[in-house]
Amino acid sequence: MHNKSLSELSASLHNGEFSSVELTQHYLDRINAHNSDINAFITICDDLALEQAKAADLQLQQKTAGILTGIPLAHKDIFCTQGVLTSCASKMLANFVSPYNATVVEKINAAGMVTLGKTNMDEFAMGSSNETSFYGAVKNPWDTNRVPGGSSGGSAAAMAARLAPIATGTDTGGSIRQPASLCNLTGLKPTYGRVSRYGMIAFASSLDQAGPMAKSAEDAALLLNVMSGFDKRDSTSVERDVPDYTADLNNSIKGLRIGLPKEYFGEGLDPNVAATVDAAIKVYESLGATIKEITLPNSHLAIPTYYVVAPAECSSNLSRMDGVRFGHRCENPKDLTDLYQRSRGEGFGDEVKRRILVGAYALSAGYYDAYYLKAQQCRRLISNDFKQAFDDVDVIMGPTAPTTAFKLGDKKDDPIAMYLADIYTISTNLAGLPGISIPAGFVDGLPVGLQIIGNYFDEARLLNVAHRYQQTTDWHTQTPAAFK
Amino acid sequence: MSLDKTDVEQIAYLARLAIDDNDIPSYVRELSNIFDLVEQLGEADTSNISPMAHPLDAHQRLRPDVVTETNQRELFQSIAPETQDGIYLVPQVIE
Repeated sequence: MHNKSLSELSASLHNGEFSSVELTQHYLDRINAHNSDINAFITICDDLALEQAKAADLQLQQKTAGILTGIPLAHKDIFCTQGVLTSCASKMLANFVSPYNATVVEKINAAGMVTLGKTNMDEFAMGSSNETSFYGAVKNPWDTNRVPGGSSGGSAAAMAARLAPIATGTDTGGSIRQPASLCNLTGLKPTYGRVSRYGMIAFASSLDQAGPMAKSAEDAALLLNVMSGFDKRDSTSVERDVPDYTADLNNSIKGLRIGLPKEYFGEGLDPNVAATVDAAIKVYESLGATIKEITLPNSHLAIPTYYVVAPAECSSNLSRMDGVRFGHRCENPKDLTDLYQRSRGEGFGDEVKRRILVGAYALSAGYYDAYYLKAQQCRRLISNDFKQAFDDVDVIMGPTAPTTAFKLGDKKDDPIAMYLADIYTISTNLAGLPGISIPAGFVDGLPVGLQIIGNYFDEARLLNVAHRYQQTTDWHTQTPAAFK
Repeated sequence: MSLDKTDVEQIAYLARLAIDDNDIPSYVRELSNIFDLVEQLGEADTSNISPMAHPLDAHQRLRPDVVTETNQRELFQSIAPETQDGIYLVPQVIE
């Protein structure tokens, strides 16, 4: 049951082979059996899930059900979910039962899907290994001594272990694509503005974007259909029609022009990962695509630019966590400053504090031009590189991450080494472009992801390009032995 | 670039973030390393490059000035650390 695609599950629900309650219970049983091995969930919503499943079954009986009605899903714990703990994996919000739903949650509920629970993540989405969570590290189902990637590591691990048929994630610098790569999933970060950020706890507002984490491009397309769309409650949401992302999945990719940026295949890339990615690109050649080497000359600026822009925006966004209206408050504050300082000092973990400090410094009087303004100018340079590249190619391909999953603890005490895990994904966020990671093979039993970057609002093409590969290969159907 | 203890204490104050004295040396080291990384931006020629605040260079939308949200004070205050008579309580600010 848990290896079926969303359309197979949907067909079974519609023809009465099993009910949504049975399907939901199957996943809840799997979560109860396996979650302690990987720590993928922060909250398991047994009661809510079964209640939603019953409602879905009624719709199915009454023939008013849609294609995703009754299909369970896991939400990253960054999406505000009414009446459910929404912790963002922080002690700061360990008591935050959200009084409202994120737009993404509302849309998914309206589609009749069932919420299995809230998945673990790096605290406030700051991390690339899921080790900064207040609720403990998540383990990679492919090797439980290794990280699942981050920050959407709980969603990735839950999917890899088949504890949910599909999950939501968010991506500020690679947080959907990098864990998808490390856990053998299809993870899509849409164009900035495609999916509403309302009710998605903000980390870096000009970079954050939500997307699906799925077993296949086809599944991702089905969830993206539901997640996308204009939302007046998000001031950066884009007013643009949502196409049916499944419509173009089977289009031929003969003549597709693929650009390979030489900067993505240089120093720092594991040679075995490089070989795996090369083999995937050969598959595309055999499907009729043409390959062209391109250059994104400002790629080396991406990490330093990101580590100004993201911390600056996070220091501003997280100033709302002050111990006054919600969240953690320290004991016996002696005055208002003490209340702010100790509530925040106790509520935030190390990496979050580090980024708030970096951001506060970069934005402080006398340094704004040297850091934030300069970084925003460099951001334009990075974006211009892509604009130029897309004059000659339809999509850009390369590795999603420089290595396969690393060992738990390996990079925990070296922030800069951790930041380099996102070296190939960060530019896409800075430019606001869509990107997808798809399973492309294994090195020593660990998954490798192929990243495909598209032009603005070219999600349908990315999904088409990913789907054609998945019609020819079976990497994406492989699952870790311990979680059959 | 190297920051010192005073810099870190000053930044922490600006951010209203209590940090443990024992942790200051590691913050000094890590923040200095991060700003060393950031210094690479100095090498980029950004003359005549306009800063990019939004990936699609979008502008703020306007909307009619009408009430769209209903009052949900009780709901929102139900998760507050301390309230009284519909107001949020904090330590006394004015003597």
